[in-house]
Amino acid sequence: MSRFGSPAAGVVAQAGATHTQQSMGWAGSRQAPLLDAARLALARDLQLAFRKRGQLVQPLAFFAMVTMLFPLAISPELARLREIAPGVLWAGALLASLLALEFLFRDDAYDGTLEQYALSGQSLTWLMFAKTAAHWLLTGLPLALMAPLAALSLGVSAAAVPGIVASVAVGSVALSLIGSIGAALTLGIKRSGALLSLLTLPLSLPVLIFGARATQLAISGGPLLAPLELLAAVAVLGVTLAPLAAAAAVRISLE
Amino acid sequence: MTWTWFHRLGSPPYIYALAARLTPWFAWPAALLIIGGLWGGLVLAPADYQQGDGFRIIYVHAPSAWMSLMVYTTMAIAAAVGLIWRIKVAHAVAASCAPIGASFTFAALVTGALWGEPMWGTYWEWDPRLTSELILLFLYLGYMGLRAGLEDTQRADRASAVLAVVGVVNVPIIHYSVTWWNSLHQAPSVMRLAKPTMAASMLVPLLMMLLGFTLFFGAVLLVRLRGEVLSRERSASWIREVVSA
Repeated sequence: MSRFGSPAAGVVAQAGATHTQQSMGWAGSRQAPLLDAARLALARDLQLAFRKRGQLVQPLAFFAMVTMLFPLAISPELARLREIAPGVLWAGALLASLLALEFLFRDDAYDGTLEQYALSGQSLTWLMFAKTAAHWLLTGLPLALMAPLAALSLGVSAAAVPGIVASVAVGSVALSLIGSIGAALTLGIKRSGALLSLLTLPLSLPVLIFGARATQLAISGGPLLAPLELLAAVAVLGVTLAPLAAAAAVRISLE
Repeated sequence: MTWTWFHRLGSPPYIYALAARLTPWFAWPAALLIIGGLWGGLVLAPADYQQGDGFRIIYVHAPSAWMSLMVYTTMAIAAAVGLIWRIKVAHAVAASCAPIGASFTFAALVTGALWGEPMWGTYWEWDPRLTSELILLFLYLGYMGLRAGLEDTQRADRASAVLAVVGVVNVPIIHYSVTWWNSLHQAPSVMRLAKPTMAASMLVPLLMMLLGFTLFFGAVLLVRLRGEVLSRERSASWIREVVSA
């Protein structure tokens, strides 16, 4: 493992370089408080992503194309499409988020940022949480905002839109977190796409089940609070445990 | 209390010799129990009043399904031990478990499908137990795929251990979500296998098979573990002594 620079400088220097205008109460101290370092990492990831906008659009375009496959493959009848809409939306969201996972750590592993994070003396768990949060803001949230569009194209009535947005938004939090573990575990493996899906999909199935159920209830106008709460429970469990596992996996990949 | 016995378990030459010594103690009882259980189940036990002779597949199906979960648990515990205390032998145990567990899972799926055909009229039913079993198979395949993808043994050990532990946290969630999914989507038309008190003549062979399969797993694990230790320690000097002896 290459060690350039002083370890503690890692994160603050990395993130600070791109974000000097941010007022930092603790800028002078080398060991920034937990949330501060995480916030810098989050801001850095967002800024980098907005400099490569093309990459942001890819999962969304992919999601739109998956949605388009079903009318072509099954039937253009809206009545039938409405029936399968929850499944189409969630299978599409799951695949799109899987596709987006590749961007989560790849560049940072390539240019040594992850090493710097691990050496920075900051909590790697919090940094992983920040990276995953950025990833969700960049892929999960846009997906949730785009899902109604896909739903409308499948003949779903506009009344279902809030429920669909809510379920995809909450569910994609869980997907990003579960995916962060798989992405961290497969770091450094060449052509890891198939392996990443083999690792991530089985663990994501509860999200698919609860999410599709919530969407289905949103479409039929039923009470969707119960599956939404279960979805949120999975997300909360993910928030508490996934960054720990991802941090452990990143450390292992750097050994 | 002295912990020497425990620390010795971490030594590859010791575990290699111990595994060789213990194997027959698992293999022979396993063989006797399985032969006895099969005799009891296929010949002595009466036919089921509802399912006829078809129910007899339970003597292979239920133990396989039971083992598929037990092996995963064993694998995850061994992986966690290896991850926490950095014991290489524990990682070797976890690595040896995976193909055995995947085979049991596969056997449970195949026997389940074969059982489903006469009972449900279809080979595959999206029954929660069959579905969870299928997901478990994917978990095993993912674990093995990750191990195969990482060339460095130590990294493969530790990364796959994290995956096994994550999987263990997830298995109950997957199980309950699948059960819940199924209860919502499937009409209760599928004939449920009533599980009232089983007659002793049916139950005893089943318990024998369960114990026999467990011991069989122990025996296969010990044999695989020796292979795993040999391949990991291939450049160590004690291997030369063992092989030339």
